[in-house]
Amino acid sequence: MPPTDSTAVAGQPAIRFENVVKKFGDHVVLDDLNFDVQRGERVTLIGPSGSGKTTILRLVMTLEHLTGGYVFVDGEPLTHMEVNGRRVERRPKDVARTTQKIGMVFQQFNLFPNMSVLENITEAPVHVLGRSQDQARTRGLELLDQVGLADKADEHPTRLSGGQQQRVAIARALAMDPEILLLDEVTSALDPELVGEVLGVLRDVAKSTDITMLIVTHEMQFAQDVSHRVLMFDGGSIVEEASPDVMFTAPEHERTRAFLQAVL
Amino acid sequence: MNDNIDALIAALPDLRSGVFITLQLTVGGVVLAFVIAIVLGLAARSPRWPARVPARVLIEFFRGTSLLVQLFWFFYVMPLFGIQLDALLCGVLALGLNYGAYAAEVVRGSINSVPKGQWEAATALSLSPARKLRKIIWPQAWAIMIPSLANLAVMLLKGTAVAYIILMHDLTWETDQLRQDTGNTFFAYGVGMIIYFLISYAMVLGANALERHAKRRLGQGPPKGGLFSVRITDKATTDPKPAANAGSGGAGVA
Repeated sequence: MPPTDSTAVAGQPAIRFENVVKKFGDHVVLDDLNFDVQRGERVTLIGPSGSGKTTILRLVMTLEHLTGGYVFVDGEPLTHMEVNGRRVERRPKDVARTTQKIGMVFQQFNLFPNMSVLENITEAPVHVLGRSQDQARTRGLELLDQVGLADKADEHPTRLSGGQQQRVAIARALAMDPEILLLDEVTSALDPELVGEVLGVLRDVAKSTDITMLIVTHEMQFAQDVSHRVLMFDGGSIVEEASPDVMFTAPEHERTRAFLQAVL
Repeated sequence: MNDNIDALIAALPDLRSGVFITLQLTVGGVVLAFVIAIVLGLAARSPRWPARVPARVLIEFFRGTSLLVQLFWFFYVMPLFGIQLDALLCGVLALGLNYGAYAAEVVRGSINSVPKGQWEAATALSLSPARKLRKIIWPQAWAIMIPSLANLAVMLLKGTAVAYIILMHDLTWETDQLRQDTGNTFFAYGVGMIIYFLISYAMVLGANALERHAKRRLGQGPPKGGLFSVRITDKATTDPKPAANAGSGGAGVA
């Protein structure tokens, strides 16, 4: 299935990495990385740990500082832009406006323990998007129902299982109506028997919305089922790029074959 | 012994006013120290140096100079510059600044020990920096900092005993009066000890209740119990079994 038509209309990719460099001290994680993610497209990043996949998501969410190059979201510069040939940082307010379009689900769920499940979901819609408590509550309950946790609205997040917590985290991200959803190894911290429920919810989201998704996962079957495109990373650069059918059945690169053989 | 009891009964009004002065110093000092701790503790972790550097200087200065010397400064040195402060105000200022500097480090450390993921999740939801701190980070840091702050508050209570040096008739001063009236050092300081202990124990119980409340808000609290109930380690954080669901059911779901 190709990405949705809106790509053609709007013309700008949802996410664009342009000559992106990311270093931690002297360690270069990403070196001159370029790629686009079209609107409505679901792209999975695979590769060995330390290959820079998670760093890519964290750069898009502005959780890491961009060392060099540019990231664009919907054609807008994210944290840095070029003014008169010079690379300058954007004002935090402008960055915040852009990042509102982006949601993220983390490996460790990161629910707020001082709030109920429903409050976790309504906090940002009320205080960032300016929705009324009632609106946010109604939408929050809808989302909880969608992730199969309608009866846990007033529960304390710490009383939930890992799988339930992660489903709440997905609902919390969706409550902001993101155009882009970043999924960072969302099942890696879960007991094996809880992985299915979380992936099930994400499959539904993928099927029922046109949210652009950038996914880092070790669940190759899930990647194959939901992605439009898969990027194989190694050492901070793209080794191979293909549709999931090709990537998982007939990869071209030796490095990809070796990686897939090890994980499948 | 009866003489001692008689002297004690006769001294009760004075002891009561001594306790009152000690409580005024304690409450004033704790409130000031808390405000200073929050302001300096937050400033000390600011990424901007104009906030961070002055905060660090103040923390190190007031931590690094003796409470007694600070008290002397406010009471005996400031008048040399034409600033005459009331003794109670001097006491509250010295105690508040000295213990506030210690408490600022507690505030800073507690905020820093809230897991990074909590900040990141708040960032991912585009919450403003102020809201992030106030609604997400502070309630979690608060639960961490209460025991250390309570410790400092109890130390501050005991620190108020230096106030008699600036001529305040606090509990220590009145205890000394009792010693002079009875001529019995053991008895008089025994009474003083017991009163200090009762006040500090009341503070400890109050802090325990605060801590339990803060932890329950984080879903970590032990089941409800009296003030003297045995503490149970926080199992709830790691135990997702439905047995722990007793607190609230699915009420409110339409």
